[in-house]
Amino acid sequence: MTALTTTRPAPPSTARIALARVGVELRLFARERQQVVFSFAYPVVMMVVFGSVLGGDVLPGGVPFPQYFLAGIAATGIMLTSFQAVGTAIAAEREAGQLERLQLLGTPPAAYFAGKAGQVLVTTAAQLALLLPVARYGYDVPLPADLAHWLTFLWVAALGALAGTVLGIGVSALPGSASSLTTSISAFAIVLQFFSGVFFAFPGLPGWMQQVAAVFPLKWLTQGMRSAFLPEQAAAFEVAGGWEHGRTALVLVAWVIIGVMVCVRTFRWRRADG
Amino acid sequence: MTTTEAAPLPTTTGGDTPAVGVRGLRKSYGGKAVLDGLDLEVRRGECFALLGPNGAGKTTTIEVLEGVRRRDAGEVTVLGEDPATAGRSWRARIGVVSQGEGAGQALSVRETLDHFAHYTSTPRPTDELLAAVGLAEKAETRVARLSGGQRRRLAVALGVQGRPELVFLDEPTTGMDPAARRQFWQLVRDLRSGGTTVLLTTHYLDEAAELADRVGVIAGGRLVEVAPPAELGAPLRRQATVRWREDGGWRAVPTETPAAVLRDLLAATPHGEVPGLTVTRPDLEDLYLALVGTVAGGEPR
Repeated sequence: MTALTTTRPAPPSTARIALARVGVELRLFARERQQVVFSFAYPVVMMVVFGSVLGGDVLPGGVPFPQYFLAGIAATGIMLTSFQAVGTAIAAEREAGQLERLQLLGTPPAAYFAGKAGQVLVTTAAQLALLLPVARYGYDVPLPADLAHWLTFLWVAALGALAGTVLGIGVSALPGSASSLTTSISAFAIVLQFFSGVFFAFPGLPGWMQQVAAVFPLKWLTQGMRSAFLPEQAAAFEVAGGWEHGRTALVLVAWVIIGVMVCVRTFRWRRADG
Repeated sequence: MTTTEAAPLPTTTGGDTPAVGVRGLRKSYGGKAVLDGLDLEVRRGECFALLGPNGAGKTTTIEVLEGVRRRDAGEVTVLGEDPATAGRSWRARIGVVSQGEGAGQALSVRETLDHFAHYTSTPRPTDELLAAVGLAEKAETRVARLSGGQRRRLAVALGVQGRPELVFLDEPTTGMDPAARRQFWQLVRDLRSGGTTVLLTTHYLDEAAELADRVGVIAGGRLVEVAPPAELGAPLRRQATVRWREDGGWRAVPTETPAAVLRDLLAATPHGEVPGLTVTRPDLEDLYLALVGTVAGGEPR
């Protein structure tokens, strides 16, 4: 008597596997203590450090430094939990042979990507939920003024996290060991933060730096965050003289769409492809 | 010869088509041919061992059959489909016991199996799997704290979780201690007696002899011989070697008719003994080494 049958039910749908992936990704994230502490504490610590040192400074438009900096550090935090976390995690999972198992099971890449995106959205939400009260009660930074500003905050954060996830999946396809990739990703992220106006007022940066930054999502994410946290009159001091919501959405959505198409083509389950 | 005889093949309803059919498989890496016209047939329900030294092309063959590596040339069918183009429903019918990890070191054994149950429409219950591979007591242990042998068992559980018709095992016992190896062999026997076709690669001769209905010896990117373990290297087996001491040195005469050689030898020494006289036939290891070309012509040591 054999249990073998020639007719089997169809394999589970991509959505069902994606859901299981989100669950397991969150569970694994929560058990990686270092990563949890780093992801959640980094923006808070930066807020405390910069808020304490430069808290008295006032930027053009009469904006206190902590208020300007909250927008930047929130954007940086989103990049950390999306781009940096995803890029390094995938490289490590590939090196450990975990992706090989997924490939052998016939996992649709979309289900794997969706699992990463779901995990990123949840951890990013938790991170911001920790950062905002610190800024509000520690440094008197006003939270978004009304519902419209909150909605701006939400769509900018969500699009930024998705673009970061896609970019993280993209860079994970680059050759090299997981540890060398982790170093490259961190180095790239640090430089991008300076270029994108996280630490300094963006309009004060050299023009070439602004132009390089405008190619990447972080500049738009930071600018979008400013539009949610800063008063309306501050918009006049932006490089374009306004918040550029349309362009921000366009750049971030373009990163997500083009990025997904690139990822589907370049994504590798295994280290070396023969 | 004391090779263990495998139990008769279980009768399967899988039909007459072979589980695996390969004709003229070729694959090169950077201009160097790893597979050079390999032919292979694995019947439904049998345990087939691909035996060969490291670098002979075993893993590449398995990866082509699993549909995770492209081939340069050749016809390949696995369970009636071409692995290079077959879809998810084909993948659901094969199982792979790989060297790679599960979902993560921080998950427990049970969590790992429960998670991967979501990827198949025909999962075996986790408790049944745990019992089958002897990990029931380790169910709540995190993967990071498992020994090498226990991890390999988890890999087996993952490989058979979806009730596959064909299971690939690539060097499954490498690095296992002897006790773990024997337990693992029993797992493979259980699979086969359950009707699952098993294709394993190994560079251990005893493993192939112990488990396989048929052994394929792979060398230089080709299959140089296919036979049940007891019949491996039949022409070489007929070759015996008569050895004795003469004039302070060893004389060795390879022959297919050792009795005739002995008769002549004894006739030439009508008185006393022939010092150090032995008649030997190659053992399985000699045959294997002869087949893979490590020792030319099957000369005794």
